Amino acid sequence: MAGSEVKVLGTWASPFALRIHIALGIKSVTYEWVEENLEAKSQLLLESNPINKQVPVLIHHHKPICESLAILQYIDEAWPSAPSILPSDPYHRAVARFWAAYIDHKWFTWLKGVASAEGAEAKKAALDQVREGLVVVEEAFGKCSKGKDFFSGDRIGYLDIVLGCFLGWLYVAEKRNDVKLLDEEKMPGLAAWAIKFCLDGAVKDVMPDKDELLDYANMVFQAMAKAKLNAPPNN
Amino acid sequence: MAEQKVKLLGFWVSPFAYRVIWALKLKGIDYEYIEEDIFNKSPLLLQLNPIHKKVPVLIHGDRVISESYVIVQYIDETWPHCPLLPQDPYERAMARFWADFAETKLLNTAWLGLCARGAEREKAAKLAMEAVEKIEEVVKGKKLFGGESIGYLDICLGWISYWLPVWEEVGSMQIIDPIKFPATSSWMNTLLHHPVIGDNLPGRDAMIEYFQKRSKDIYESDWFKDIIRLHLHP
Repeated sequence: MAGSEVKVLGTWASPFALRIHIALGIKSVTYEWVEENLEAKSQLLLESNPINKQVPVLIHHHKPICESLAILQYIDEAWPSAPSILPSDPYHRAVARFWAAYIDHKWFTWLKGVASAEGAEAKKAALDQVREGLVVVEEAFGKCSKGKDFFSGDRIGYLDIVLGCFLGWLYVAEKRNDVKLLDEEKMPGLAAWAIKFCLDGAVKDVMPDKDELLDYANMVFQAMAKAKLNAPPNN
Repeated sequence: MAEQKVKLLGFWVSPFAYRVIWALKLKGIDYEYIEEDIFNKSPLLLQLNPIHKKVPVLIHGDRVISESYVIVQYIDETWPHCPLLPQDPYERAMARFWADFAETKLLNTAWLGLCARGAEREKAAKLAMEAVEKIEEVVKGKKLFGGESIGYLDICLGWISYWLPVWEEVGSMQIIDPIKFPATSSWMNTLLHHPVIGDNLPGRDAMIEYFQKRSKDIYESDWFKDIIRLHLHP
């Protein structure tokens, strides 16, 4: 497997693509990053992921793999030498998969809901839900980390990557809504974890600058609001 | 660890619980089944799965695992004989991808079709059919997704062979046209004739009655209108 051509199709702002950057970094795999323009998707992306036409896609031995959680597990299995991404014990793997599903299907859906919530009351409810979700994950962090720095213990692993990729967008939500979501008082474990995660060797050089992400988000939301105003009525 | 006692909390008509039943039976693992009334949740369920409060939940010794596909992978890794996931990392990634696809694009839309009415039912059924078109290409030329024997993807998609026809009947909709989808139809048939699957299914008449009531109750609920808006009119 070593030395084979590895390509990643992604975008700099995509938290899901960031997961792949980090995982390949952990395994010290050399890869080519292809920055996609989602407004004008490349032929390679459309051919590699005809089902969803989304990033990220990992291409290894000319075979495309899609869906970030499937890609993370593939990376762990295709490059089996240490450090490992998933725990070795089946029960700890199950716990990691359970929380990955919660973060992706519940918590991230709530985070996206903040942007689409209309009106002050709906916004507040959406933000409260995100915060409550983080309190739940704080408890999970305590159980998984067992007093160590990361969900996976001494080194970052699957669950650290799954949640950590959203830290930039969490910051965006905090700044755009002028609130604190990752609260040091309510979630001391996660607050400390977030700092250490961002400093990790496999993360710090690939994580997008959070203020650049904020500028990008502001631009995108502004364009969306403008498009909505100019759109014809749909009745 | 493998010799520790296994218990499964399920609900008689849950396709998710059946994934776990099939995995346990395929591996020949003894377990105690505990029926849960999901409309009157027990303190045991609320204690074991406080996050989602759902079945299935697997109890193995002092370990508790929730989420059907997490449980199936746990079973596969704890009892490695008769492997369910393929050995090759690429094939495993494909199995995981298609399991996720079928859940989000077919199961969710078919369920919406069951519970919706009129134009929204039609829209949901159409989306479900588009998902089956993709699945048809994957299963073409294969006896089972797992090859000669039942694998992870057969288990995750197994509900299509038995629950989906019930939902089609209750919802008066056709999603699996055997002429349009011959490979999928053939696979459904193969699965139903496999002793582990065919001998471990809920009664069809009881299912029809259950889903008729469920469809009506959900359609009339306040929260369903939000679900429809979110999924069919984004």
